[in-house]
Order: sequence, then structure tokens, then C-alpha cells
Amino acid sequence: MIAHAETVPSGRNPLVKFILRWLLTTNHKEIGTLYLSLSFLLFFIGGAMALTFRAELAQPGLQLMGADFYNQMVTLHGLVMVFGAVMPAFVGLANWMIPLQIGASDMALPRLNNFSFWIMPFAFGLLLSSLFMPGGAPNFGWTFYAPLSTTYGPPSTDFMILGIHMMGISSILGAINIIVTIFNLRAPGMTLMKMPMFVWTWLITAFLLIMAMPVLAGVVTMMLTDRHFGTSFFEASGGGDPLIFQHVFWFFGHPEVYIMILPGFGIASEIIPVFARKRIFGYTSMVWATGSIAILSFVVWGHHMFATGMPLATELWFMYATMVIAIPTGVKVFNWVATMWGGSMTFETPMLFALGFVVMFTIGGLSGLMLAIAPVDFQYHDTFFVVAHIHYVLYPGAIFATMAAVYYWIPKWTGNMYDERLGKIHFWTAVIALNLTFFPMHFVGLAGMPRRIADYALPFTGLNTFATAGAFLLGLTQLLFLYIVIKTVRGGPKATDQVWEGAKGLEWTVPSPAPLHTFEVPPKVD
Amino acid sequence: MNSQIINEVITVQLAIKRFFVRSRSYGAWAILISLLSTTVLAQGWDMRPGVTEMSQHLRTLHHISLWVCIVVGAVVFGAMFYTIFAHRRSKNPIPATWHHSTKVEIVWTIIPTLILVGMAIPATKALIEIEDNSDADLTILVTGSQWKWHYQYLEAGIGFYSNMSTPLEQINNTEAKGEHYLLEVDNHLVIPTNQKVRFLTSSDDVIHSWWVPDFAVKQDALPGFINEAWTRVPEPGTYRGQCTELCGMNHAYMPIVVDVLPEDEFESWLEDQRIALESMGEAAIAARSRDWSMEELMPIGEDTYLSNCATCHQPDGSGQGITYPAMTGSAVVNGPIENHISTILNGVAGTEMQAWGPQLSDLEIAAVITYERNSLGNETGEVIQPLTIFNSR
Ligand code: HEM
Ligand SMILES: [Cu+2]
Repeated sequence: MIAHAETVPSGRNPLVKFILRWLLTTNHKEIGTLYLSLSFLLFFIGGAMALTFRAELAQPGLQLMGADFYNQMVTLHGLVMVFGAVMPAFVGLANWMIPLQIGASDMALPRLNNFSFWIMPFAFGLLLSSLFMPGGAPNFGWTFYAPLSTTYGPPSTDFMILGIHMMGISSILGAINIIVTIFNLRAPGMTLMKMPMFVWTWLITAFLLIMAMPVLAGVVTMMLTDRHFGTSFFEASGGGDPLIFQHVFWFFGHPEVYIMILPGFGIASEIIPVFARKRIFGYTSMVWATGSIAILSFVVWGHHMFATGMPLATELWFMYATMVIAIPTGVKVFNWVATMWGGSMTFETPMLFALGFVVMFTIGGLSGLMLAIAPVDFQYHDTFFVVAHIHYVLYPGAIFATMAAVYYWIPKWTGNMYDERLGKIHFWTAVIALNLTFFPMHFVGLAGMPRRIADYALPFTGLNTFATAGAFLLGLTQLLFLYIVIKTVRGGPKATDQVWEGAKGLEWTVPSPAPLHTFEVPPKVD
Repeated sequence: MNSQIINEVITVQLAIKRFFVRSRSYGAWAILISLLSTTVLAQGWDMRPGVTEMSQHLRTLHHISLWVCIVVGAVVFGAMFYTIFAHRRSKNPIPATWHHSTKVEIVWTIIPTLILVGMAIPATKALIEIEDNSDADLTILVTGSQWKWHYQYLEAGIGFYSNMSTPLEQINNTEAKGEHYLLEVDNHLVIPTNQKVRFLTSSDDVIHSWWVPDFAVKQDALPGFINEAWTRVPEPGTYRGQCTELCGMNHAYMPIVVDVLPEDEFESWLEDQRIALESMGEAAIAARSRDWSMEELMPIGEDTYLSNCATCHQPDGSGQGITYPAMTGSAVVNGPIENHISTILNGVAGTEMQAWGPQLSDLEIAAVITYERNSLGNETGEVIQPLTIFNSR
């Protein structure tokens, strides 16, 4: 029924065969692996960029690079991490796990799936090639505000625009595929309200993607026409307004931050019940909370713009709406704790990462609540306090959730157990390094250090040196993760089909490693 | 460390001591918290109290939400760590089977809602006050341009540019860094105490943001639009801030320094500025009424070049890639003089090369052009006179 790897003609040179197999594959598991591998690669590239500018920030003064190169590193770090590390990682997990969790034999649109993936390496090739162009890479921050990115942007900005268009197409197609799969290919008996939380959160994320990504495409297109075709969307001298850029960007941007966290919510909601050996608390309210977070995420974008001179009434609206989001977010956290309560818990690596996720995401959510208080945001805005916030929600948030998922499902993917001792070392070193890196950023921001500066005043020195040391440690711990993953792929104790004692759900009924084709006959769910 | 912070440290320690005496079993925690909060306050890691009523009020709001977060965090993490401890498999081999409780879920939706309403009320009041820009005593137009601030006193009709004065040697680590490294400028903004000063912010090029933490004023400066903010400073003093919106290469290098003077001193400062403005006019007339020699112009040109041009085009004129072209051997510098003059007077649209006409005097521009044409590896031998510049404006 479905075109797959075996259709590659035989009798060719093994390298060609290998390339064709991965280039032409329409199998959801192989495509999932491709996404995860690309994300892993880009995670290290983005991380290397972060270490580059953190090294510059170790001491005041310019030691290692010019301020312009510093800005290029900051910009590419943000773009690569958001669009290259976090998003493809979640799409990779969706590819692997959604069909397995709903009892489908593959994604609904396998060729589209192949196309969605193979756009990505080219998109990032374009983006990263900008480093080698005259004038350098984009240097205006991952939010690429006009007119810094339009009138004043380096020539390579056009490559970024094209790259973003391509990633956008990939994300939209991927999202459509996920929605179609979930709506049409669920095993008989699996009603919507019986779906695993990971599937639910991805379904909602996919809707966020098809609503938000076209807006991003719109804003970069407006940039392109402002840059080259004489329009003035963002140019006051031509009747435009630079703030339109920010409104459109953040109309995409805030849903985007939830795109980067909802699948993480789903992962935590999968793992915690398994290791607590107790059903998830308040499944229905978890689904509703996720849905309301998603809807609210479209009406709060102005909280990124309190200092831009919006009228009072608008500021009040965005302040209240943002505060309201904290309520469903709180419900999720409380439900996770209630799931643990009275359970019979063990703390294998996936559980550790899931708990680390809950604790540190909560810290990020709480600083988000502080940022939502508009009058005080005038003091926090565009300082390192915001940098601390975004890294608490994204690193121990999105990234830890992904790592939890990898430890949790890798025995199913490879048939091998990972090294539990190394996994625990990875977790604890990462938690310590992460807090050493990002916690001081709260303080240095409150003390008054703006973000995105290559050089800073003397009172900020101590905390910055500290954060830089933490960042390098954090980089090292992720090399350990790479080692653990490679080691598990190559071998290790054989995993059982169920893998985890408390695991329920369809993905644990197929053999480990999961064969290329599963559920060709749909299972029955009751 | 200022006295306010010391006072706060003492208050916090006293409170903690009282707590400690009352409940011995919490002693270890009390000591830990006391150590932590003492470090945070003593190191100045908390939000700065600032000097205005508003900045201090916002700090109070900050502390309220901080404490809400700490308490919520303590409850949630407390429950979590308790359950991690108490409901481990070794302690609790048989898991409970409940998984739902509408009552509990309603409670933990309503309590946060109430807390949020409690936080929103003072926040709303503060925001209304911040946005009330009416009845100002003095209005200053603050215009950002890459990478300096331009201050104009609209009622008094005076204005000046304010450039960072930290020398390049300190940035490049060849010289020891001064106390106010990166937070020092040539011309300070001056405002009076106790008057409501309204800042109008705008920009000549990209978006900048004018922030003085001690006033709790942060307002974006948008090209083509004007925003408003205000402050009222009770205490004289010197206050420092920075641009807080990424505005290109030298974003880290556009600081703000504000001198707050008692009202009478401010008046006499204003008067001095008016006189200075007049004498500048006279100096300009004097400058363009005579011929200047190359020897006279070159040192003036070098100073002007180093303080305005060198950040982009580099002190030796080598430039930085295609974005900041080299002066050495440049077609403009070695080409027709009119073109060179108009490039400097009017800038190059759509690039970071700004119009220097409004910022520099005829003499300075004549000198810097002479310098560029006869230094940095160029040798045209031409001398440009202030009068030529005056006529090209
Ligand atoms: C309770 C939930 C949250 C609230 C109330 C909240 C609130 C805010 C506010 C008010 C800002 C703007 C701060 C400023 O620029 O002055 C902000 C920035 C940001 N938040 Fe959140 N946030 C929440 C959760 C999240 C989550 C879940 C994520 C991502 C996974 C996230 C990612 C970000 C990012 C990336 C920025 C900075 C964007 C930039 O300027 O570069 N936030 N948040
Ligand atoms: Cu947001």
C-alpha cells in the first residue's frame, strides 16, 4: 500500500543505496529518525554558537570577536535553536510515535512526509551559508525587527528569508499530515478522549502551526518586498510603520513559543504516570487546559511590546490576557504533581528528565508571570531577565522534554536499553550546569544588563563569568548525551516489548525494536 | 553600596532572626535563606530601587510578584518533593488508583485566579500613572541614531548630541577600564529636580530604546514616530543607562548619562547653554571667514575621525567588510570633492552611514575631509575650507 525503502532498486553500489534509501524513504519511523538526527546536529551547531558568544561575554571588553560577529552569533543561535533544534525534534518524535500510539501503520501522507523533511536540510543550508557571505550573516536577533533587518540588514538577509519560507512550508505540511493522521487513522475504538496526551498536545500544536506559520511567512514576505520591491510596510518615510512588523511577528511569535512547549507537556504527561504507576490525574482537564492555552496564545502577543508605546487600553488587555494564560498552565503543573501523589515511583532517567522539566519549566512560567505585569515589564524588558525566562521555559522545558522522550522511547526505537548509570549522570550534570548558566541571568538582568550586547559595564562581570563557565559545562554534558545515544544505537542490553514496567499504550505492544512496519492490521482498543 | 540597600539588608536579617528565634526547627532554613537574601541584596542583584517614586513603587510590585512566585514555587515544589520522598516504590509499593477530583481542580483554578486578580489591581493603577504624560514642566526630545543620542530641549531651543566617551583602547583591553566603563558620555543630559520632565522619543534610523533604570523609564525610539514617557526625580545626582533595543553593531555602546540638578542650578545651566550656542554661532562665522592650512586642519580632523568615524571605518581606515567600507584607497575619498562632501553631510540612505551635517560643525567636517584625503593611506594633497562646507549645506 505504501511506498517504502524496499522499492529502491537493488544491485547498486552500497553508498548509493544507502543515500537513496534515506532520500526516498516514506516510512514514518525512518523519517522520524531523520528529523531527530537533523535536530541533534543543529542543536550542537546552535550550541557552539552560544558558546562562542558566551566566551566573549566572559569578561568585559572585546576579546575574541567584533561586535558585529557577536550579533551574528546571537541571531543564528536563536534561529537555529528555535527552528532547527526544538521544532524538528518534536516533529521527529511525532513521526515516530503518533502512528505507534494511535495504532496506525504510517502517517496518512507518506510522500508529503518525505518532502517536509527534505526541505529542512536545504533551508538550514541556506541560513548557515549566510555566514560565509560578504557582509556576514543576519545580525539583528532572532526576532529580526524592521527596519534593522530591512533597510539596514546585510545582503544575506534574503537567504534567511528564503530559509524561513522553506522551514515554514515544511512545518505547515508536517502539521497537515499530523492532523490528517490523527483524525483518520486512529485504531478502531480509540476515540479522541482516549488518545494519549502526547497525541493530544501534538494535535493542538499542529493547529497552532497551520495558523501561525503563514503569518511568519507573511511577515518575511513583507520584509522581502520592503527590501527589494519598493514597498514600505515598515518604513515610516513611505507611510508604513515599523511597529506593524512587531505586531505581525509576535502574532506568530507567541503561538510559536507554545508550539515549542505543548508537545513537551504531552511528553511529561506520558512519562510521569508510567513511572508513578498511576493514571494521569485529570486527563480531561489536561486536554482542556492545553486547548485553552493554545487559544489564548493568539491574544497575548502584545506582552512583547509593552515598551513600544502602545496605548494604555491595549497594554491593559495584553497584561490581563497574559496573566490568564498562567491559570491553565498552573492546572497542568498541579495535575502532574497530583499524578505523582500516592503513586509508587521509581526514578529512571526519563522520569528524572520529566521531573526536571516540571520543576524548571515552572520556574520559567513564574518568571513569565512576573514579566506579564506590564508596568514592571518596563524594567525587565530587553534585559537578561527575559533571557533567563526564555531559557528556563525552553532548555529545561522543550529540550529536557525531548531528552526525556528520547530516553523513554529509545529502547523501542533501537531494541536496546541505554546505560542507566550514564543517563543519570547526564541528568544531574545537565541540571546543575543549566542552573549555573541561567539562574545568574535573572540577577544580572535585574541589576540592569540589557540583552544582546557584546560588551558590558564592570558591575556585571562576576555573574557573567559565572554564567559562561556554566555554559561550557552544559555544552560538555550534552556531548555525554551524544555518546549515550550512539552507544545505545550500537548495542546494549535487549529491551523487552513493554520496556517499562508501568507502560501501557499501543506503542508498547509492538516488538522492540519496532519493525519498519507496524499495525498493518489495526489493533482494537477498548 | 548605598545606605538604602544596607537598611534593607538589616531589615531582612532582623526579620529572619525573629523567625529563627520563634521556630528553632526551621533554623537551618532560616540561615540558608538569610545568607541567600543577604548576598542578593548586598551584591545589588535585585532590581535597583532607583530614585523616583515610580521606580521604587515598581520595585515594590516586583517584590510582590516575586514573593507570589516564591510562595507558589514553595508550595508546588514542596508537594512535589514530599511526594517524591513519600511515594517512592520502596515506601509505597502499591500505587493509589484515583485519578480525578473535580473539587480539587476547581480549588486550584480559583485560588490562582484570585491571586492574579490581586496582582492585577496594583499593576493596573501603576500602569495608568505611567501612561499619564500630561502636565509636563519640561519636554525633551530624545532621538536615537546609530549609535548616539540627540537631546533637544524643545522650550529652550537648545540641543546637543551625546556620544559614548569610553576610549577604544579600554574596549580593546589595551588600557585599564575606568569606573564607568561603557556608561560614560561626552555631553550629559541635564534635567531639574522635582519637575515633571517629559521625554519624547524618536529615531533617525532603526529602533532604539531609551532606558534609565533609576527612573524606571524605558521607551522605544521608533523611526518616524514619537513616543512619550516621563519622570520626576527628587534627588540631584548622576544617573546612567543604556540603549535596550538591539540597534546594530554598536548597540552596547550608546549609553545614557543624566545629571539631575537642583532647579536653580538647572536654570543657570540652561542659560550657559544658550550663551554657548550663540558663541558657537560666532565661532562658526569666524571659522568660515578665513583660510585654514593643512597643518591646522589635520589634528582637528584626526580627533573628529577617531571620535565619530573610527568605530565603523576603523582607526586606520581599513573598514570592516562590505558593510563598513575602507577609507584607504576609497573611490569617494579619492574622487570628486563634491561627492565626498555630500556623502558626509547627508549620509548614505539605507546604510549605517548617517548624515553628519547636523551633528558636526563646518570646521569639523572640513577638517575630517582634509584628514581622510591626506591620511589613512590617502594622499590627494587637497585642503578643504569650512566656507566650502558652509556653502554646500
Ligand atoms: C505562564 C506562561 C508564560 C508567561 C506568562 C510568559 C510571559 C512572557 C512575557 C511577558 C514575555 C515578554 C518579556 C519582555 O520581552 O519584556 C515573554 C518572553 C518570552 N517568552 Fe514567555 N511566558 C510564558 C511562557 C513561555 C513559554 C512556555 C515559552 C516557550 C516555550 C516562552 C518563551 C518566551 C520567549 C522565547 C520570550 C522572548 C522572546 C524574545 O523577545 O526573544 N514563554 N514571556
Ligand atoms: Cu509571548
